[in-house]
Amino acid sequence: MVTLTDEERAMLGGEHGDAPALAMRIVTGLARVLGAQRLIPVAAAHVDGCLYHGPAGLDFAERLVELGGKVTVPTTLNVGSLDLMHPGLVRGDDELRANGRRLMDAYTALGATPTWTCAPYQAGHRPAAGEHIAWAESNAIVFANSVLGARTGRYGDFLDICAAITARAPYAGLHRDEDRRGEIVFDLTALPPVVLGDELLCPVLGHLIGKRVGTRVPVITGLPGSTDEDGLKALGAAAASAGGVALFHAVGLTPEAPTLEAALGGGRPGETVRVTPDMLDTAHDELSTAPGDRLDAVSLGTPHASLSECARLAQLLAAGPPLHGDVAVYLSTSRAVLAEAERLGYAATCRDAGVRIVTDTCTYVTPVLAPGTRVVMTNSAKWAYYAPANIGVDTILAGLDDCVASAREGRAVRARRWVDV
Amino acid sequence: MHGAGSTFDGTAHHGAGAPQGSPMDGTALHPGEVTGELVALDAPLSFWGGTDRHTGRIIDEHHPQRGVDLAGRVVAMRAGRGSSSSASVLAEAIRAGTAPAALLIAEPDAIIVLGALVAAELYGRRLPVVLLDELSYAALPRHGVAEIEAGDERAVVRIREAHR
Repeated sequence: MVTLTDEERAMLGGEHGDAPALAMRIVTGLARVLGAQRLIPVAAAHVDGCLYHGPAGLDFAERLVELGGKVTVPTTLNVGSLDLMHPGLVRGDDELRANGRRLMDAYTALGATPTWTCAPYQAGHRPAAGEHIAWAESNAIVFANSVLGARTGRYGDFLDICAAITARAPYAGLHRDEDRRGEIVFDLTALPPVVLGDELLCPVLGHLIGKRVGTRVPVITGLPGSTDEDGLKALGAAAASAGGVALFHAVGLTPEAPTLEAALGGGRPGETVRVTPDMLDTAHDELSTAPGDRLDAVSLGTPHASLSECARLAQLLAAGPPLHGDVAVYLSTSRAVLAEAERLGYAATCRDAGVRIVTDTCTYVTPVLAPGTRVVMTNSAKWAYYAPANIGVDTILAGLDDCVASAREGRAVRARRWVDV
Repeated sequence: MHGAGSTFDGTAHHGAGAPQGSPMDGTALHPGEVTGELVALDAPLSFWGGTDRHTGRIIDEHHPQRGVDLAGRVVAMRAGRGSSSSASVLAEAIRAGTAPAALLIAEPDAIIVLGALVAAELYGRRLPVVLLDELSYAALPRHGVAEIEAGDERAVVRIREAHR
């Protein structure tokens, strides 16, 4: 039984207008399924509904516009189906191009900020620790909960915009202290330093964790103190793709895990997994489906590249021979990060080297890669997880330096196996 | 409201076939009344990336029942899986007439219910979603015709043998 405040009841009854009433019916309907006893005010929203999946999603957004709907909290938008800054980059059929655009326009008309990024946290939208928010998109959710210490459930299409209009979410799940406690520990202390220092550790570990935990909250001990935000982003995105991870704790690194005891909330872990190089190699192999050294393209920037990732790519490209003409290299990022990368010269360096910069969307959710592309190397475990089914390519997961080296040689250069180091 | 016990409710056994299952009580996560052929899934399914919205067939390469047509059938699956975009894909399938007639699940699933809620708002079409407890879910037969009556709170599921 969901108990509503007077204001919430008024909204449900249509006193604030038809759009808030519709949005409140959806929010309370979901609250009932989640077993929430009340709603909680949210300070911000991030909406994933702007990616086109068919007419129903468009009908819903346009119905809200028609009813006069407006967001009432700061609301950012996830990627759409088109790159509005680089028209022509996304191929797609007429339905996708026309309706994809209409959908993006409808969400803008509802008052959301056209950020068009899966990483709003890299575009200046960073909720405070402890703040209740309603974010959609699995990598954004796990980043907000884990790295920023804000509180959001695993929201997605429809609920995201309804929360933005009503400024409410069901008080359930990760909004509550008791559901944020770690339940399973991944202990990295037995790994050799060369593995701990490898940039692929974070995405591969994330994949391993996601496969193992389902929706339990994992705690990681032994992740190096030097692990940066890009590493935590890659870890969370991978864990949220292979599993339903919406929150992880990394002891000594994330805000709710100053100690293992704090991360476990005083409880005992149900299970402790001692991570070995062999387990990591197995996880890595699952994300590399291509057998030989054929290579058609390299895809970087999933989730959208940060400014530091753009800087690193520019640095690698400036330092060596040109890219091989037969390998197309894509870098996906947000408009906000691209503007900074332009100002600092990183974007020009990338473009001059032949890199195709993609904004507003992503290369695995919409047709961007050239027809005939069969094997793609990526430094993203999330991209490697989804692309084979989504766009029908084989993948090779590798670090950024191996991605660049491979793009230069025109064939896949593979990293050594960790079990042998 | 229905009583708590459904085992000794005196359901008659009809004809010469196997004994008919007793009506099962469940929780209505979304209301509606339908009758349809039962299809029990052996693994969880993500509607996004897992089903073709134009045909209603399972297209997930890793799913053991790839190719099975879900359109218009009562689909039993223990739990939903995967992307929150499944809410959009399910709502679209309901609009296009390629969605299941009803869903029977054993774990509450917010994404499935959101798809059903939005399709009801937009198109007035109802896809009842029923939550069964573990015992009832495990007792579901593999085949049959399922009759679903889901109200605002409670739901009743009756399974009878398919006539072939």
